[in-house]
Formats: sequence, C-alpha cells, structure tokens
Amino acid sequence: MTTLLRLENLSKSYRRTQAGCLRHTLLAVDRVSLSVGAGEFVGVKGPSGCGKTTLILAAGALLQPTSGRVLVAGQDPYALSSDQRARFRAANIGFVFQQFHLIPFLSVLDNVLAPALAGPVAGARERACELLAHFGLAHRAGHLSADLSTGERQRAALARALLRRPKLLLADEPTANLDEENGAVVLRCLAEFARGGGTVLVVTHDPRAAKYAGRLLEMNGGKLEGAAGLPTNHTNHTNPTKEMNGGKLEGAVGAQNQAVESSEG
Amino acid sequence: MRLYRLIFRELLYRKLNFCLGVLSASVAVACVVGQRAVLRQYDARTEQIIAAKEAETRATMAALEDDYRKLMLKLGFNVLILPKDQSLSDLYAEDFASKYMPEEYATRLARSRVVTINHVLPALQQKIQWPEHARTVLLMGVRSEVYVQSPQQKPMLEPVAPGTMILGHELAVNLQFKPGDKSRLMGREFTVAKINPARGNKDDITVWINLAEAQEMLNKRGVINGILALDCTCDTVDRLGRIRSELSQILPDTQVIEFASQALARAETRQRAAVEARNAIAREQENRARLRRQRESLAAILTPGLVLGAALWLGTLCFNNVRDRRTELGLLRALGLRTRQILAIFLSRAALIGLAGACLGYAAGLLFGALWQEPPAAPRLAALAPDPKLAIAVFLAAPFVAVLAGWLPACIAARQDPAVALKER
Repeated sequence: MTTLLRLENLSKSYRRTQAGCLRHTLLAVDRVSLSVGAGEFVGVKGPSGCGKTTLILAAGALLQPTSGRVLVAGQDPYALSSDQRARFRAANIGFVFQQFHLIPFLSVLDNVLAPALAGPVAGARERACELLAHFGLAHRAGHLSADLSTGERQRAALARALLRRPKLLLADEPTANLDEENGAVVLRCLAEFARGGGTVLVVTHDPRAAKYAGRLLEMNGGKLEGAAGLPTNHTNHTNPTKEMNGGKLEGAVGAQNQAVESSEG
Repeated sequence: MRLYRLIFRELLYRKLNFCLGVLSASVAVACVVGQRAVLRQYDARTEQIIAAKEAETRATMAALEDDYRKLMLKLGFNVLILPKDQSLSDLYAEDFASKYMPEEYATRLARSRVVTINHVLPALQQKIQWPEHARTVLLMGVRSEVYVQSPQQKPMLEPVAPGTMILGHELAVNLQFKPGDKSRLMGREFTVAKINPARGNKDDITVWINLAEAQEMLNKRGVINGILALDCTCDTVDRLGRIRSELSQILPDTQVIEFASQALARAETRQRAAVEARNAIAREQENRARLRRQRESLAAILTPGLVLGAALWLGTLCFNNVRDRRTELGLLRALGLRTRQILAIFLSRAALIGLAGACLGYAAGLLFGALWQEPPAAPRLAALAPDPKLAIAVFLAAPFVAVLAGWLPACIAARQDPAVALKER
C-alpha cells in the first residue's frame, strides 16, 4: 500500500507564559511517527489537551512542527514557501473541524464552493450540487449556515472538504458537537471516503470511531501509542450504508457508495 | 465561486462596519468637495458683486457726467480763446475783450476735430449802458453751439432765439423782470425768455441775446471777441499747455486763458470720483480675495485633518473586521488561499468602501456647497456644476486612501497564523 501521510519524529512545542512572568515550553506533540496509507481510515483518540489537534494541524501543513518531518504524498509541505504550501493544501488536503467553520454570510452552496476560491475546480458547481445532494442538503443549498441544524452544518463542512477530491482528509473532532445519529452519519461518510481510495485521519473522543476506523491509535501526553507501521486490513470497515437511518440521507449516501464502488471497478 | 462574491456577501453581512466605513469616507470626501464647491460659489458670487459694482459705477459716472456738464454750464466756461493781441489786463479790468476776431474761427476750430475740446461757443461780449433802464450791464451775444463731434451732440448751452433775452439774476430782480416780460434794449424789443439763478458773479448782471443781433446792435458784424471752449477733456496735468499747443496749430493768432477754475476743480473731482469708484471695486476684489485666502487656509488645515481622521477610523474598522474574521481567515488559509488572495479580499473591500464613500460624499459635498448660504441662483448653479477634474481626483483618491488605511489590517490578516484561529473553540 502506498503511504500517503508520513510523520517522522514529529514534535511541536509552544512557549507559554505562566503566572504572568515565568515562561516555559509546552510539548504538545512528542516525537510522533506515523504512516497512513492511501485508502486508510485512521482514528486517533485521547483526552483533551493531549495534542490531537496540534497533530492534525501539523499533518495538514497548517502548523510548522518544532522538529521532525511531515510527508504528504511523498512531499514535505514545510519545505515549500507559504504560497506553495497553500497551493499544496488546496490540491491535496481536506479539513473537517469540530466547529464546522462555515462562513456565516455565504449560502450552503457557496460554502461548499469555497475551496474554489483558492483556484479553479473543473465543474465546481456541478460537483458541489452533487455533494449537497449526496449529503441530503440539496434543499438547503440557498440557506445560510445559521439556518442549518448542527448535523447539517457538519455535513456541509464535509461536502466542502470533498469538493476538490483531496487525497488526504483530516478531521478534528468531527462528531463532538453532533448527536448520535448525525455523528454516525459523518463517520460513515469518512469511511466511505477511505473506501473510495482517500486517506482519512480523524482525531476524536468518540468511541464509535473504533467501529469505522481501520486503526485506532491512542494519544497521551503528546505521544502516540501503537502507531507503527501500516495496518494489515484497512478495509475492515463496517459498511456504512447498512447502518444508515433516515430516508433521504440514507439514499444520498448510498448513491455515493455506489459511485465509489463503481469507480473502484 | 469568486473572491468578489465573497467580498460583496461579507459587506452585506457586516452592514454596520460597512456603513460606518462608507460614512467616514463620505464625510471626508464631502468636506473636500463641499469646500471646493463653496469656494467656486464664492468666486461666482465675487464675479457677480464686482460686475454689479462696475455696472453701478458706470451708471453713476454717466449720471455724474450729465450733472457736471450742467454744473459747468451754470458756472461758466473752462477755456476762453481770445485774439492774440488782447491785453489780459484790459480783459480783467473791463470784464470783456476789446479786440476782435472773425466768427469763422469758431467753425474752423470745431472742424479741426481738436481732441481736447468738446464744445465750442462763439460769443460777442461788451459792457454797455442799458439806455432804457440806465443800468450798466454785460451784453453777451451767443449763438447755437458749433458742433465738434456730431450734430447729435448734446449742447452745453441752449441757444438764445432772436428777439429773446436771458437775464442774470440780480438784473432781473432789480428791474423786476420775469419770464415773458417784454423790454427794449438799445431800441430793439426783446422778450425775457428766462431768468438765470443767482451765481454770485458777473453773470448776475449779464444779458444774453442772439449773437447775430448783438453783432448788429454793437456794429460788429461777422466778428466775435471770444470763443468759449467747454468741457475740455485734457487728461494731462498741464491742460492749458496742451490746449494751447493744439490751438496754436489751428488758430495761430489767438491766445488761450484758463477760465472758471472752479469748473476744472469739479472736473477733477469727477475724475477722482471715477478713480475712487475703480479703487472701491479693487478694494472689494481684494477684500473678497483675502476672505477666499482665509477660507483656503482654513480648508488647508481642515481637509488633511479630516482625511487623516477618516483614514484612521477606516483603518480601525478594517482592523475590527480582520479581528471578527479570524476563524474565517484560518479556514480560508486551510482551504489553500494564498497571501495575495487574502490581501486582495481586504484591500478590495477597503477600495469598495472608499468608492462608495466617494459617490456619497461627492453628491453630499455638492449639495452642501449649494446650501451653504443663500446666494442668487447663478452662484448656486455654479456650485452644483460638475467639476470633472475634481470628480476624477475624488474617485481615484478616495479608494486609494481607503486602501492605504486598510493596508496594515490586510497585512495583519495575511500574516495571521491559521492554526491559532482554527484551534480556538
């Protein structure tokens, strides 16, 4: 299996001021090494403050590590200039955040189209409409994000992350603000993406992630446990279509699965 | 999805920030445009005032011209042309010239188009005994004016019709004459045509009759003993010298004496009045120019201050906008937007605010300029008239200043660490 994401002895520390005068260094990520193959769904769980978000931002070429190396699709994004790194991110990486980070003054459709601001995307509008339909949000296309439920917002954020067909999808606590049903839907979609050949790295508290992830790693005190090597069976996902509830969403995701399956040939 | 869509949507979403920005830009633009409009209106008003004053002066001077002409008529004559051999001692002792010259001299003088004399009146004057009343009087034979300029020229002295006489005031009072009375003079009957008002000089004992009749009565046919040259318009200090110089070419066997200096003093006064009127206009112009300079000086301080204040305010609003959009910026960076795209978002936004401010401010400034005072219609229209150079300057400068004001916040936005914003819960 091709390694899509490789972290080599990755460390990230922050300098913090304590009690207004004393400065100390906080090691958020401590010499983490991890390899994630194409089509793999890896979950990282751990308590709050263990460095999960720092890990995912560093992996996503958004946060320069203090030491170590990040390779995405064989390329070190931190060796690139800021603008080249931005292009690299746009071309290769998709993000899903706990707070969704939908732009409040844009419609749902425009939010999904937002990645096209970075550069042209062939058939962006059609792709966005397809994704909205796929996530059961076609009828919400013209609405502002404030009009959506939390589940709908996260699905819109997921659609946005998928617009450019990224190789790597990074999700930071994507289910933290969602109820059980919507959380399951999001995790299934991530699993679907992995089954379609994409790479997914999810950091989460959600114990359900274990059900969808090919590998579930534990992070504690900035250290990652059980991260060595590639999994032997990354396709050991529960088929998300079999567990879906709710008519419209179920149909839409199912259609995506068929599309993914047919593309896999 | 294009950047401009994001920019417009954001402007519509954060209306208060946008409106405050437009307001600050428009206030600065309105002040600049309004100040220019007020100055233009002021200039138009100045032109109007000066034109009115000039017209008023022209009218006053025209009225004065007529007044002085009449005053001069009452006072006597400006220049008296006498035969060259006339003794001035005798003239002053006798009150009339004892030497004579041809009446034709008057015509020759008039036809010469001499430039310093406007009116030519030939006269025959002699002190006589009025036998019918046993009074010594000055007999003055005058004829109608010999036109210098044209037959339409307004005469200085009304001609005395044959068979009529005009009496000096004292003479008429003593002899109890009134207009319409008949009286005999040296055997001829005359009708009193007019009694002159008291002048306090020898005119008060003068009898004016027609020149031809006087020549007959005094047995001096075809001759006169003086030519009265009136309303001499010589513009040099040495008036008499100039007139003498001219007349020596035309009438070599004559002499010229200044006559009725009081009239000349009046003429000088008239000239001084004209000079004073011109000075008054110049003073008015200078006064208005001084006020204009004061306004310009005030504007030179106020305008940069206002523009700077507006720019600072706009910069603050842009900074607030950047702060409000920290997470959005982090997301856009995560989505792959480059530094110059982030700069473009914020600088375009500032430029749009500047442009909107320029539109509103330009209109408001013109309106402000027009409503500043209650002038006549012409200056108000002048203030409202478009000034293409000013319009171009405003519509270029306002977005430019707005971009400058938004530059620092845009740079802060572009340099913002996306990870920090995205980590915030």
